[in-house]
Amino acid sequence: MEFETVIGLEIHVELSTDSKMFCSCSAGFGGEPNTKTCPVCLGHPGSLPVPNRRAVNDTILLALALNCDITGCSIFHRKNYFYPDMPKNFQISQYDIPISSGGTLEIDMGEYTRTVGITRVHLEEDTGKSVHVGESGRIHGAEYSLEDFNRAGIPLAEIVSEPDLRTPDEARKFMQLLHSTIRYLEISDCKMEEGSLRCDANISVAVDGSMGTKVEIKNMNSFRAMHRALTYEEQRQRRTIRDGGEVVQETRHWDDARGTTSPLRSKEEAFDYRYFPEPDLVPLEPDEAWVRELREGLPELPGDRVRRFVSEYGLSREIAETLTGERALADYFEDAAGKGQDPVAVAKWIAGDLGALLNDAAVTIQSCPVGTGGLSELVELIDGGVISGKMAKDVLKEAFETGNSPRLIVEEKGLTQIADESELDTLVDEVIEENPGAADDMRDGKEQALKFLMGQVMKKTRGKANPKAASDIIRKRLT
Amino acid sequence: MDIINLDALAIAESIREGEISAVDATTAFLERIREVEAIVNAYINVSYEEAARRAEMIDAMLAEGRDPGPLAGVPIAVKDLLSTRGFTTTCGSRMLENFVPVYDATVVGRVGEAGMVMLGKANMDEFAMGSSTETSYFGPTRNPWNPDTVPGGSSGGSAAAVSAGEAPWALGSDTGGSIRQPAAMCGIVGMKPTYGLVSRYGLVAFASSLDQVGPMARNVGDCAALLGVIAGHDPMDSTSIPAEKVDYQGRLDGEVRGLKVGVVKEISSRGIDEGVLERFRAAVSKLEGLGMEVGEISLPSFEYALSAYYVIAPAEASSNLARFDGVRYGFRASAEGEDIWEMYDRTRSIGFGSEVKRRIILGTYVLSAGYYDAYYGQARKVRTLIVKEFERAFRTYDVLVSPTTPSVAFRLGEKVDDPLTMYLSDMCTIPVNLAGIPAISLPCGLSEGMPVGFQLMGPALGEATVLNVAYALESELGFDQRPPIGRS
Amino acid sequence: MAISMEEVEHVAKLARLALSGEEKEAMRCQLSDVLEHAHRVSEVDTEGVLPTSHVVPLVNVFREDVVRPSITPFEATGNASWAEEGAFRVPRIL
Ligand SMILES: [Mg+2]
Ligand SMILES: [Zn+2]
Repeated sequence: MEFETVIGLEIHVELSTDSKMFCSCSAGFGGEPNTKTCPVCLGHPGSLPVPNRRAVNDTILLALALNCDITGCSIFHRKNYFYPDMPKNFQISQYDIPISSGGTLEIDMGEYTRTVGITRVHLEEDTGKSVHVGESGRIHGAEYSLEDFNRAGIPLAEIVSEPDLRTPDEARKFMQLLHSTIRYLEISDCKMEEGSLRCDANISVAVDGSMGTKVEIKNMNSFRAMHRALTYEEQRQRRTIRDGGEVVQETRHWDDARGTTSPLRSKEEAFDYRYFPEPDLVPLEPDEAWVRELREGLPELPGDRVRRFVSEYGLSREIAETLTGERALADYFEDAAGKGQDPVAVAKWIAGDLGALLNDAAVTIQSCPVGTGGLSELVELIDGGVISGKMAKDVLKEAFETGNSPRLIVEEKGLTQIADESELDTLVDEVIEENPGAADDMRDGKEQALKFLMGQVMKKTRGKANPKAASDIIRKRLT
Repeated sequence: MDIINLDALAIAESIREGEISAVDATTAFLERIREVEAIVNAYINVSYEEAARRAEMIDAMLAEGRDPGPLAGVPIAVKDLLSTRGFTTTCGSRMLENFVPVYDATVVGRVGEAGMVMLGKANMDEFAMGSSTETSYFGPTRNPWNPDTVPGGSSGGSAAAVSAGEAPWALGSDTGGSIRQPAAMCGIVGMKPTYGLVSRYGLVAFASSLDQVGPMARNVGDCAALLGVIAGHDPMDSTSIPAEKVDYQGRLDGEVRGLKVGVVKEISSRGIDEGVLERFRAAVSKLEGLGMEVGEISLPSFEYALSAYYVIAPAEASSNLARFDGVRYGFRASAEGEDIWEMYDRTRSIGFGSEVKRRIILGTYVLSAGYYDAYYGQARKVRTLIVKEFERAFRTYDVLVSPTTPSVAFRLGEKVDDPLTMYLSDMCTIPVNLAGIPAISLPCGLSEGMPVGFQLMGPALGEATVLNVAYALESELGFDQRPPIGRS
Repeated sequence: MAISMEEVEHVAKLARLALSGEEKEAMRCQLSDVLEHAHRVSEVDTEGVLPTSHVVPLVNVFREDVVRPSITPFEATGNASWAEEGAFRVPRIL
């Protein structure tokens, strides 16, 4: 049996507008229950929706970034079903005439690239939030639930992919690229932990080229959870088929603690959403000038930027991806690299040590105490042989903590390397004298001895010896 | 002064001139309400204290020389389908028996800004679903012309209140004839404006693409004045037309000579009672007498208007009424140990009356998988044909006319268990809602001692012309609109 | 255009209405009549006719992205039959 996994994703992104989609309540996260509500977002009798212009604008922007066609005249539909987090028991969404369709997003898997189709990007309203009260704290076994409608009515852009993904790795890569793309557009903060980015997946396993049964996976609350859930589900379905069983079409819930998926059973009637055009809203007809302006204002997107970083700066794909993950980080790199030092070395320091420092201190690149000038200076100091790479790590740390420039730190602490040959000659002589055994080994061609002797030199100099110069002298003496 | 027999604009003038106070006007109507409500039942809730307080406030403002609005102190009845902040809004349903809105409908705000005093919330068919005001959870309203008959519906309470002298005018709403049909049956004037002319914000939705708030009054002049107050763009309603304000009442001059009138064949012959037709034809000849050119026009798709309506309206209603689930407001049936789905099912089964449930089921059915295209999709196409036929007709005619209802008011209980027959009583009014155009009903005489309504329809935003023709016809007909119920 | 008992039951479930047996039967009869009438729309030749959803000739009606005060927590839950800690309490979902 030849298996092929088929994955399609459905992503919901909360747009970071100030107000909600159809009313003027704050769209900010959290708050005391139901303090960001009004007759409209509570579905009070007689209230009517009026769409938020910026939400429409930002959805078009996202659609353009995903190479979608913008629909000349789209309409809102009502999606009818009962659920306690739905104030009206219908959701205003889009159906057969969404605001955009037919896009693509290309992911680079290293050995190959894959162009993933984007079926559509449409606009809808978010639901409220249920807190399940009971011993488990989960919906299963809850005694009752408490409904908070602060989130109800926040604008949601829904992105539906074609079932073009073939592995959990591809799915994760797709999500990462989509995440950074949305962040580049500055239309959402995309926090999976706060639910402003949510992802459901449809996964099936085709056997010998014939389509499998689709299973929907919900509750994947991080990239890691998504990857684990899809990997688990892929294996589960393969095993089921191999054992002669049949995959059931259903919705399954990912339990991150247990690392398993399980069927999400509900007492609700088989879904029949009875979509029909929302009579309270008029059609959306974004005119060409509006769309053109948005298209022209699109920033360089992460996918393109990775490609350019590889070709223009000679970076590896991995490091280019790391640096382009956040727009500000990529900007930081380009600014630093523009100061005349080797871009590969600059990239390595940003992605490596600086990244770790930022991460540990939970500081964003925008408020990084080491400016692009300082970082460039650091690389210059290393390149000029003034400090070793190892010393540079400490210098960067110090610069990060104090905000002082690397050059100043090097000068103040006397951290300059010993590269002076006569000084090193004396040091090496001392070391050979003190370690005759190792010196003999070295003469016998045992390369490990070099490491030991170098270590002794560094110990004597507290690491200030220029390693290249020192090892050259040892070799000259002992071979 | 016999305040309750004054028309609304005359009351406004008397108050302005200082002949009577706002308190006098309000008190007179509240007394009248106390007197006849036991028979008529035009109101679900009367705002005795609030109205008195507000009238006092207006008098105080007048005394201080401040401007309480152009219609200061004029009382008004408001259909209980309109949201009133701090005052119970039931929609004629057990579901909302104790519901107190946190906001005012835009039109309620506007009548308040004009200085009017709300007397109370008028009775209606539950959630406006009905043509007789018999489906109200708070008991039927009776026709002031004959308490054994219905006042029509769904704005039957508003119509009966105006007719019985329990309010000088009222706000109603019209989805398929709910202003015009009761206006006709109670012998008053009622108008459904162009869809989008009057804000729907705060009008509890029945069928959103058809609903429109409108004025109900004793004469065309009052009707025009009240329309002038409530019409105009509202940013809270996406379907509100950003049109210039029009002084409808100021434009009534009775100059109608040379205008072309089309009698719509499909709703002015077959299925209409002979007595109604007689009065209708007499009124048409009055129009001729006024120098208008009368012709007959056939609009064949009207044959299907009722069918299309009884697909579209319930479909939208089934979705609009889904929000009544016992969670955020309204009635809730609760029992130990039940889950939310049982709570929903029981709440809605007990909270809604049978007509509402019937329409929810019907609307859910026509939208459900497998039936959508045959019913809802097709009905919306028929709607397009009706819109087109009206457009074509208005290229030739300035106004179209028909009887408002196929018969005069029928007896209570006569049609309540026979929905289809009941639905047929809206056959003349429904095409207007499907096309979104304005239409007015004014009384054109009596048949079997009961009022007959004359319907005038105009093109979208053609309110001024429709009102002017109605105004001219009204003075020609000289209908005495007082019902026998104790009004002297 | 007779509607079956099963259809009435299915639709009642979608609409979240619990109907008694009697109600269901009455509903079935009355709805069959109404549907028969409603089904007349299918007699109309609508070849090439576009469906109407909106009769107002408006497009692109928006509000600007401006926050205005919300209602008070008291107003938000004041009409609810069961509120707890500012939230609406509902029976168990599963
Ligand atoms: Mg969605
Ligand atoms: Zn709100």
